[in-house]
Amino acid sequence: MSTLAVGMDRTARFYQTPIGKKAVMAVTGVILFGFVVGHLLGNLQIYLGRETMDHYALTLRGMPALLWAVRAVLLLAVVLHITASIQLTNLKNAARPIGYVKKKDVQASWASRTMMWSGPIIAVFVVFHLLHLTWGTIHPHFRELHPYENMVAGFQAVPIAIFYIVAVCMLGLHLYHGLWSMFQSVGLNHPRYSPALKKFAVYASILLVLGFISIPIAVLTGAVS
Amino acid sequence: MNLTLHVWRQPNAAAKGRMVTYQAKDINPDMSFLEMLDVVNEGLINKGEEPIAFDNDCREGICGTCGFMINGIAHGPLPKTTVCQLHMRHFKDGDELYLEPWRARAFPVVKDLVVDRSAFDRIIANGGYISISAGSAQDGNNILVPKQFADRAMDSAQCIGCGACVAACPNASAALFTGAKIHHLAMLPQGQPERKKRAVRMVAQANTELFGSCTNIGECEAVCPKGIQLEVIAAMNRDFLRATWSERREPVASD
Amino acid sequence: MQLDPRVPSGPIEKAWDNYKFEMKLVNPANKRKYNIIVVGSGLAGASAAATMAELGYNVKCFCFQDSPRRAHSIAAQGGINAAKNYQNDGDSIFRLFYDTVKGGDFRAREPNVYRLAQISVNIIDQCVAQGVPFAREYGGTLANRSFGGAQVSRTFYARGQTGQQLLLGAYQALERQVDAGKVEMIPRTEMLDLVVIDGKARGIVTRNLITGKIESHIADAVVLGTGGYGNVYYLSTNAKGSNATAIWRAYKRGALFANPCFTQIHPTCIPVSGNYQSKLTLMSESLRNDGRIWVPKKQHDKRTPAEIPEAERDYYLERRYPSFGNLVPRDVASRNAKAVCDEGRGVGESGLGVYLDFSDAIQRLGKKTIEERYGNLFEMYERITGENPYELPMRIYPAIHYTMGGLWVDYQLMSTIPGLFVIGEANFSDHGANRLGASALMQGLSDGYFVLPYTIGNYLASTKLERIDTGLPEFRAAEMGVEQMTKTLLSIRGNRTVSSFHRELGKIVWEYCGMSRTAPGLEQAIEKIASLREEFWNNVNVLGNGEEMNQSLENAGRVADFFELAELMCRDALDRNESCGGHFREEYQTPEGEALRNDANYSYVAAWEYAGQNQTPVLHKEPLTFDYVHPSQRSYK
Ligand SMILES: Cc1cc2nc3c(=O)[nH]c(=O)nc-3n(C[C@H](O)[C@H](O)[C@H](O)COP(=O)(O)OP(=O)(O)OC[C@H]3O[C@@H](n4cnc5c(N)ncnc54)[C@H](O)[C@@H]3O)c2cc1C
Ligand code: HEM
Ligand code: HEM
Ligand code: SF4
Ligand code: F3S
Ligand code: FES
Repeated sequence: MSTLAVGMDRTARFYQTPIGKKAVMAVTGVILFGFVVGHLLGNLQIYLGRETMDHYALTLRGMPALLWAVRAVLLLAVVLHITASIQLTNLKNAARPIGYVKKKDVQASWASRTMMWSGPIIAVFVVFHLLHLTWGTIHPHFRELHPYENMVAGFQAVPIAIFYIVAVCMLGLHLYHGLWSMFQSVGLNHPRYSPALKKFAVYASILLVLGFISIPIAVLTGAVS
Repeated sequence: MNLTLHVWRQPNAAAKGRMVTYQAKDINPDMSFLEMLDVVNEGLINKGEEPIAFDNDCREGICGTCGFMINGIAHGPLPKTTVCQLHMRHFKDGDELYLEPWRARAFPVVKDLVVDRSAFDRIIANGGYISISAGSAQDGNNILVPKQFADRAMDSAQCIGCGACVAACPNASAALFTGAKIHHLAMLPQGQPERKKRAVRMVAQANTELFGSCTNIGECEAVCPKGIQLEVIAAMNRDFLRATWSERREPVASD
Repeated sequence: MQLDPRVPSGPIEKAWDNYKFEMKLVNPANKRKYNIIVVGSGLAGASAAATMAELGYNVKCFCFQDSPRRAHSIAAQGGINAAKNYQNDGDSIFRLFYDTVKGGDFRAREPNVYRLAQISVNIIDQCVAQGVPFAREYGGTLANRSFGGAQVSRTFYARGQTGQQLLLGAYQALERQVDAGKVEMIPRTEMLDLVVIDGKARGIVTRNLITGKIESHIADAVVLGTGGYGNVYYLSTNAKGSNATAIWRAYKRGALFANPCFTQIHPTCIPVSGNYQSKLTLMSESLRNDGRIWVPKKQHDKRTPAEIPEAERDYYLERRYPSFGNLVPRDVASRNAKAVCDEGRGVGESGLGVYLDFSDAIQRLGKKTIEERYGNLFEMYERITGENPYELPMRIYPAIHYTMGGLWVDYQLMSTIPGLFVIGEANFSDHGANRLGASALMQGLSDGYFVLPYTIGNYLASTKLERIDTGLPEFRAAEMGVEQMTKTLLSIRGNRTVSSFHRELGKIVWEYCGMSRTAPGLEQAIEKIASLREEFWNNVNVLGNGEEMNQSLENAGRVADFFELAELMCRDALDRNESCGGHFREEYQTPEGEALRNDANYSYVAAWEYAGQNQTPVLHKEPLTFDYVHPSQRSYK
């Protein structure tokens, strides 16, 4: 058997096992997390005024190779992340065909029990979001390469702003569990550091949420116009 | 005190089960939960009804035979306590209690509250040991084990194989049980030679037994009567991930 | 019948080596042609099954629990002895041997005990290598504690769960052989008869506890490691399922039953709290190091302990045994507790309990120290009783804990039926009339890992075994017998539950054949047992059917055997006109009320032969000689 085949074979067997899937979720999760953080920083430039913001968009477009590379990675990550999550969920349902009449959670966090809600909602949001602010398909007055205007105009429609806020809160919830969970998944748990990790997960997700929702709120309150 | 019990009754694996309601009259608070069921059963027999079947043996919280859900919590409301060690003084007069068997594809119901946990034995049979035949051991003190490692090994070795972790896990995952054994043996010098192979084989077996996957929910830890820590699951994941990538030959293939 | 212990020639230090040299060996290539049945997966059964499989034999192993890991060995707390002398405190194989023979009150077979002491050291090595997490010193070496009044620290332990860890070690070794295809593990299956063909044990008949299926299994040798029979008393520190059925049915097939009346009572158990009580829980003896035992001087004193002034308390052990005080041996402490309760000075609702008071110790050493020493025990006590031992004195009472008696075996652990071997607590073992703490785990593992695997080979190599199949009339007959008994039990449909009978039987045996025994009492007991047994067979109510899991049916069969065993225990106790170890006959005591042995007439093993239903069994005697440890009288004044 050729080394390549062994490698393939090994990868296959690795992914077959739940732990393998979990590791994939974790890694793709990190990538997505990385993107979201970067994306937030990018978006916060809205407070630096129209020029900076639009210029930022331009520079991004200025280097298509990189841009598309990033997009490719993101796309792959999302696909893997979602596939794995769906497969894990199927496993879960198969593992307990008959449920309990009564079942209490003793210590499980609400976030951890709702990953399969927060996740898909995020997915839906992203699609909507792309149509809205990237391609502008569903954006009444969309102007290519003018994110500042697009955002301001976009969020003046209250329902849309609210949807953004809700979605971002979902993301926060998702990461509240996810950011800690991913370390456990790849085997990083130490009585000394784990409590710190949990804190990090909480603060990171809260900051992320605040950062993102500040934008629609700023627009609604007219702080940015 | 008097209680109302809603108990899962199922004559055998094939039959369809249902919840049946019983009254437990003048129960003494000093009874253990199983003694309360003994009393209920005596009553049933005298009425000509078949007693409720439930697994138990040592009634000291160490053999791991007993266990069922009480109001949706594995082994009932008292932390770090098996049902056989749970006493009625922790309940109030007039309480309504729902008793259900462990629920998992890998734990088929045998009768009433009794389930088949042989899947656990098969997980242990797939590498949950150190290969040393009688007679080939060296002097005990030739293997030095730092106290803190011996203590941590013991923490995980305490698992009584009751299955509460699986029952409580929303994914019906056996991660805590499997992790406990992998961690116990990984903590000791004697456990090193087979460490990687062990992790891969035991995880694979848990998989074939159709236990769910761990998504780090943590309910298992909360109900474990022996206080096994989530840390062991991380340890299992770590050993497994290391093994699958670092082994030169397929760890599973060899053996 | 002539009882030959088949002890090898030569001085005691050489006996085991000589045996191993003289014994016949099975050719390695032939081992896989032999099928061995092991009933029991406790320390003895699991270690034996695993080791014989390692040697190449085909093994079938049975247990009644859902997993071999649940055998009651799991409950052992204190530790396991070994003559390692790691502590450099003067321990040696000879000292362990000496202590065990003396502790057994000179009713054990010297060469067996010596072998046990020799092998003790290998057991620790084996268990360490398996990954048993024994307690360690900071330097990484094995830790020891002194246990049960021994003057040397020779006890190895794993927190308060030594039995659990040793059993899991043996269980893992067993599962390794299951994986290797050498052991077929058959759980949730109960042995209900032994099949003997032209004088040799050749198989067993079992009932599948889930499907009720009755099956025959063939073997070239049958090994019983089915544990003790303490549950004959109903309330004991044994597991609910512990039973005598396997050894009892073997007894009825011709195996001799030795010293049935030698039962051990443990002084520090949590007392009975009501008649619903289903079992008793042991509390480590170490508690007596710091606790003071007392009862009120007045009878039926219903005041709370706090209300009883110092002057009205009777610290009876300190009063009667000034030098040993609260640390007198198990049997002495137990008997005295019973005595004061019989006088009506017992405490607690039932009046069956004495105080174990730590208030002085807490004042002297501080709560912290006490917590360090006994924290987990105090917790366990509070969990069960709901009382806080830091504030209220503990209530304790003796309980049945271990049975020294069992099937008679020779030096090779073979019963009087060729091919039937008996190991662990199930045999009459090496403990004589009284077992020392931390010695049973040692014996079970010695039998399983290091003795039986040799001796069984010798039997197989030197015996001609014909081909047989389960079609033989002997198997048919045994199956029929089992089916018949099941049918009968299910058809009586009387109006008393199995446990109500078991409870009543237990009361009788405890009353008359428990801590102290008298000739008239025992005679009475034999009658009471007979009539209760009579009622059982006419009035027991076992519902359900035999085709699915039926726990009352399982218990009914076990209780039926306990009835017969109880009677034999009383006969044995009646026959032994002396007091020794756990067997105390009130007629035979020193003026100070200590056990009075009669070496001239009773220095023998009493081995009983079944003579048929309702026939008085026949007594055979194996004389005991003591060439190395010379019998002496115990005194704790
Ligand atoms: C609470 C407690 C604490 C103890 N503490 C200590 C201690 O600290 N140190 C010490 O040295 N000793 C201690 N002992 C004694 C010691 O634990 C036991 O004597 C010893 O473990 C017995 O082991 P075994 O293998 O002979 O029997 P067990 O471990 O009882 O195993 C019996 C096996 O036989 C099987 N079986 C029984 N009947 C049947 C049947 N009819 N058909 C099929 N299978 C059957 C059972 O399923 C089980 O697998 C303690 C005992 C108790 C009860
Ligand atoms: C920007 C978007 C997303 C980010 C940053 C993200 C991040 C993460 C992270 C870090 C984890 C923890 C992984 C682990 O525990 O090993 C996780 C888990 C999970 N994600 Fe996402 N995720 C995103 C989108 C999604 C989407 C779209 C879905 C929906 C299908 C989803 C479903 C899940 C599920 C079900 C889990 C839990 C599985 C587990 O813990 O094993 N996620 N996510
Ligand atoms: C209030 C919150 C948000 C605002 C204001 C916002 C704004 C924007 C804008 C203006 C663009 C277009 C950039 C351009 O075309 O130059 C964009 C693209 C994008 N956003 Fe957001 N975003 C928000 C939240 C999110 C979240 C939570 C996610 C993911 C979970 C996300 C994922 C994306 C993606 C994937 C793109 C496309 C990037 C690309 O072109 O490759 N956004 N966002
Ligand atoms: S890990 Fe805890 S809950 Fe799970 S089997 Fe072991 S003891 Fe029971
Ligand atoms: S509850 Fe289940 S998801 Fe993992 S952490 Fe425990 S096994
Ligand atoms: S019966 Fe043994 S743990 Fe509960």
